[in-house]
Amino acid sequence: MSFINLKEKVVQVKIVYYGPGRGGKTTNLEFVNRTYRKQILSEMVSLKTHGDRTLFFDFLPFDMGKIKGYDIKIQLYTVPGQVKYNATRKLVLRGVDGIVFVADAMEKQREKNIRSLNQLHENLQSYKESIFNIPLVMQYNKVDLKEHGIPILPLSVLQKDLNSRLKVPYLEASAITGYNVAATLKKIISSSVISIQKKLL
Amino acid sequence: MNYGIVSQEQLEQIDVILSDKLIKLGVDCVIIIDMAGNIITAKDNGESKYDVYSFAALAAGNFATVDAMAKLVGEQEFSLLFHKGQESNIHFSKIDDELLLISMFGQDISLGFLRLNVVDVVEKIRKIWEKE
Repeated sequence: MSFINLKEKVVQVKIVYYGPGRGGKTTNLEFVNRTYRKQILSEMVSLKTHGDRTLFFDFLPFDMGKIKGYDIKIQLYTVPGQVKYNATRKLVLRGVDGIVFVADAMEKQREKNIRSLNQLHENLQSYKESIFNIPLVMQYNKVDLKEHGIPILPLSVLQKDLNSRLKVPYLEASAITGYNVAATLKKIISSSVISIQKKLL
Repeated sequence: MNYGIVSQEQLEQIDVILSDKLIKLGVDCVIIIDMAGNIITAKDNGESKYDVYSFAALAAGNFATVDAMAKLVGEQEFSLLFHKGQESNIHFSKIDDELLLISMFGQDISLGFLRLNVVDVVEKIRKIWEKE
């Protein structure tokens, strides 16, 4: 749940990038960190292993400006994608306002995407949240690999696997080149802010 | 407890308690956060320049990790956490299931004295929540 400070007129919105390991969650944040440096007041925090894999989470706070006189502070988090870290993934999801599911569009990762999405569903249930109600955006990452001759799942397959029941907004993206990274972020921020407004009215 | 939105009045009362009981004592910075890593309020002595937002995210993660470890060894919780450094120290205390009080202080205050005051502060803040 977002925290709203009426005295200082600040709304803090927590957005979590979720998805299978090596899918590009941290790369998404790194791109945002580089591109919007001016709006970001502090350093990106990354808790990672020696092998540069996310151990606990990455954290990137930035200011989005004002809506109706309230300062909107966006807090971006990633979860560790590796299967063994589900306990920490669950901890990061606590109090989440919006989720970007970063799916790996490589053909060989098809099953991992589905498994990760199912686990997200279970993890949200443990906080009495529902994957069907929470603001969610699907990002099909690594579409740039097609140019390098690496087999990529067609959009129709990804949609059928991951989004046939959820029917949430989706984007093809390439976190490493930055293609649709900002668009994904804008989409999730607007759905999260709208959902917070609805809860308040 | 009206968690999620805190009234201006509640926040002002809490700020007064934090200033009177902890900042005046010589604590450099006090933050109240929720377990999701949001900052409820932050007070400092005017000199310390901590990046409180990153701090809140890490502190919530840290506390959640220790909590999970407590459960693994069969404890309900470790409600108190303390990190000691050369120059500065950090003290964590749980206010309730959702809120954490974090105090950052230097070498001129003893841990025992701080703890006594923290207990008092936590008690007072709980009362403010209960009023809602």
